[in-house]
Amino acid sequence: MTDWPLLSTITFLPLLGALFILLVRGDEETIAANSRAVALWTSVVTLVLSLFMISRFDGSSADFQFVERASWLLPGIDYAMGVDGISVLFVLLTTALMPLCILASWHAIQNRVREYMLAFLVLETLMIGVFCAMDIILFYLFFEGGLIPMFLIIGVWGGARRIYASFKFFLYTLIGSVLMLLAILYMYWQTGTTFIPDLMSHGFDASVQTWLWLAFFASFAVKMPMWPVHTWLPDAHVEAPTAGSVILAGVLLKMGGYGFLRFSLPMFPIACDFFVPMVFAMSAIAIVYTSLVAFAQEDMKKLIAYSSVAHMGFVTMGIFAATTQGVQGAVFQMLSHGWISGALFLCVGVVYDRMHTREIAAYGGLANRMPVYASLFMLFTMANVGLPGTSGFVGEFLTILGAFQVSTWTAMFAASGVILSAVYALSLYRRVAFGQIEHEGLQQIADMDRREIFIIAPLAAATIMFGFWPMPILELTAPSIDALVAAYQEALAVHYGGAQ
Amino acid sequence: MLNNLTLILPELILFLGAMGLLMIGAFSKNDPTRTVDLGAVAILALAAAAAGSYATDAPASAFDGAFIMDSFASLMKVLTFVATGIAILMSQSFLKLEKLARFEYAVLLLLAAAGMGMMISANDLISLYMGIELQSLALYVVAAINRDSLRSTEAGLKYFVLGALSSGMLLYGASLIYGFSGSTNFNEIAAAFQPQGGQLPMAQVLGLVFLLAGLAFKISAVPFHMWTPDVYEGAPTSVTAFFASAPKLAGMAIFLRIMMTGFENALVAWQQIIILLAAASMVLGAFAAIGQQNIKRLMAYSSIGHMGFALVGFAAASEAGVASVILYMALYVVMTLGTFACILSMRRDSGPVERIDDLSGLSQTRPFMAFCLAVMMFSLAGIPPMAGFFGKLFVFRAAIDAGLYSLSILGVLASVVGAYYYLRIVKIMYLDAPADEINEPMPRELSILAGVMTAFTLLFFIYPAPLVELADMASSVLVQSDLSLAAD
Repeated sequence: MTDWPLLSTITFLPLLGALFILLVRGDEETIAANSRAVALWTSVVTLVLSLFMISRFDGSSADFQFVERASWLLPGIDYAMGVDGISVLFVLLTTALMPLCILASWHAIQNRVREYMLAFLVLETLMIGVFCAMDIILFYLFFEGGLIPMFLIIGVWGGARRIYASFKFFLYTLIGSVLMLLAILYMYWQTGTTFIPDLMSHGFDASVQTWLWLAFFASFAVKMPMWPVHTWLPDAHVEAPTAGSVILAGVLLKMGGYGFLRFSLPMFPIACDFFVPMVFAMSAIAIVYTSLVAFAQEDMKKLIAYSSVAHMGFVTMGIFAATTQGVQGAVFQMLSHGWISGALFLCVGVVYDRMHTREIAAYGGLANRMPVYASLFMLFTMANVGLPGTSGFVGEFLTILGAFQVSTWTAMFAASGVILSAVYALSLYRRVAFGQIEHEGLQQIADMDRREIFIIAPLAAATIMFGFWPMPILELTAPSIDALVAAYQEALAVHYGGAQ
Repeated sequence: MLNNLTLILPELILFLGAMGLLMIGAFSKNDPTRTVDLGAVAILALAAAAAGSYATDAPASAFDGAFIMDSFASLMKVLTFVATGIAILMSQSFLKLEKLARFEYAVLLLLAAAGMGMMISANDLISLYMGIELQSLALYVVAAINRDSLRSTEAGLKYFVLGALSSGMLLYGASLIYGFSGSTNFNEIAAAFQPQGGQLPMAQVLGLVFLLAGLAFKISAVPFHMWTPDVYEGAPTSVTAFFASAPKLAGMAIFLRIMMTGFENALVAWQQIIILLAAASMVLGAFAAIGQQNIKRLMAYSSIGHMGFALVGFAAASEAGVASVILYMALYVVMTLGTFACILSMRRDSGPVERIDDLSGLSQTRPFMAFCLAVMMFSLAGIPPMAGFFGKLFVFRAAIDAGLYSLSILGVLASVVGAYYYLRIVKIMYLDAPADEINEPMPRELSILAGVMTAFTLLFFIYPAPLVELADMASSVLVQSDLSLAAD
């Protein structure tokens, strides 16, 4: 049992489900029903397997676990899979969000259901692969491959400007990534390996690090997205179907932050240190500026998309503070943003399915007709603001704490961003939920049904539970993050010590 | 003598087979087309098997060093012959429906294949020229095989005139090189081509430039690409499919061989030219394809761009570089043939359609064909995990190893621009409403071939080692053979 390739099973199980969907035969109704069922069951089994994995995961070790390695492409470029304390939770986040996404699309997607479920299962494989890959070429394969299903999800099942949005998403991300590919090839040339632990311990020349860091930054900053390369995100979010937005905000954006943690920080510490002021400035601008932009939005999804950019600003700030609190906060913030923003997009989806508009002005007074919806929406709005007692608070607090030790000014700007986020999030909530029902169409709007509550309930539970009791996540990630930060500080000490 | 004959066995099979089939065609009472086609495919398979049997042998030369057989030649010949065979299989239904089915078609393709075999094995300027001309003459004729069509004959004539011009340049360069080195044999040229006081003799460099121009024309690298879009668009689609595959392989093979053996000492002179060709081809291929409405014309610019990417590996001028070019070309041929299997199936009301907009909504009317074409497009764009990504990975790896950073950055940026127009085709097929422009089913053999190519492209990432190793072996033979020579 110990030799069983658990990570490969978890990664490729959704692909197997996708093949199974291809075999479904019958009339259109049957195909749709069976595709939904196969996709749901596949994703549930994947979730169960990943829960099993996490139960066997040794939380006291900073090493990669469940490691698999087989020769693959060239000497030094292997098929290598493994998870450590940082990546294991992202795997779980992915596998946990996926069944919810499929359930959320149960009735909302009526057109080309088979292809839709195929795209989602393929996407799941690629996303899990990103977090499990221990070889950087393999990582790149999963990282870039994810563009294809997401392009189709936005492009085929998206809204009115879906084609513009899908092209923008694809090309923006691609142009960032190809530069990273060249940097990867350079690293392979220098070291003769693309195995991530080997690269971490290699120690590149300080002058080279700058260039490599910039190439990786181009890719992850776009993916994150950081100001000023964030403009693809609002377009992609607005046009994507609800489940697509959930995955985009919940998992795909996290790949950028994960990349910084996995590659930039351990492999190019000197360059990281050099660029900290720039990243801090960009994060502070992202937090303040996109919060203001969010306040001006008329479209609910666009507002949440801009708020995502602001929240990712906290993540980059925490990562590049490179203190234990900062990095822990960043990881926590990414996970918590994964379920909070996912839940917010699901909340928008609930009313969109009923009214077919995302315009804020088209709503108002929903609390009168939809009490359950209003309370859940309230919970996630508060979590988005970072109210103590919700998981949103823990991440923001820790990242600000981490940054405060490094740069007081950045921390102050970031803290002002918390207030700004209250401004736009509460005003959104007020305009949607409070007041009297003024629009004719809203008079008969029904509250959430059982399926919708069932989808959102786990996210609400996570928000509250980890808001009061963040220890499970913090303890699980601590050994890996401590090792990461210690190695980083040591590399800097050696470099500057040597320079004197 | 016997040794000479065993070394040229693949070409002999092709020549004798072509003659035999010509006789069968000329003297048969019933319509011989199908028999000749299948016979040609069988002969190509036989020739490929014969060529493949030399895969691990030590290099051997025949006819006083004019003809060489080594792992490199073996691999390239197998690929070329298989590509030609597939092109013949793909042509059948198209030519029949277009009432162009003539038995001469397959015979001409066999002769072209024999010429390509000669090119790949050429180790002498004379045998090089013979191979190129044999191949080209066959190609000029098949380009104009639809002799009642103005466009087809125009394509044939254009190809002929420009091809003759490029052959002239090649010959002029060859004569200069012969004049200054006193030999036409690549190894002897290499020995004579020594830099004197860090400077290469001017006349020889001039000869080299002319030779390069002629070869660049054959693989349609910018700025010698002008013929490509017109010929691709004008020629019958099945002929275009062939033009875009096997001749490119053979052209690249001889290009590699002559530069890596004959002019190994003149690396500084030709490397800059190759860098320039690569950069110009990638950029033009990426930008010029954006505005195209005709899918064959788009594929012409796409193939120009891909030659540019292959030349990036070439410019590295290292063992890894040559291996990456071989791998890139092999994958390029698979993708091209797969794409053309779909393009050949684009038919409405018993006529071929060629506009990209005709593909509108294909994913709903012809899901299988749309899927195959989409995989090919993503692969051509170099998106992982498709095979095309690995081709780009290897060429850029070689370029980075050789320190060609600016060229690599230009290349990956060009590939992003290129991704736009490949995506546009996917968008038209998957995102647009069905227009039912393509209302005829996919012919059976085309759907099988497209399926095989798609499966290969899609699944290559699982087990890439065999092809990678073959390319490495072929490349080490080509690069090391002249290392030993340089040591003499």
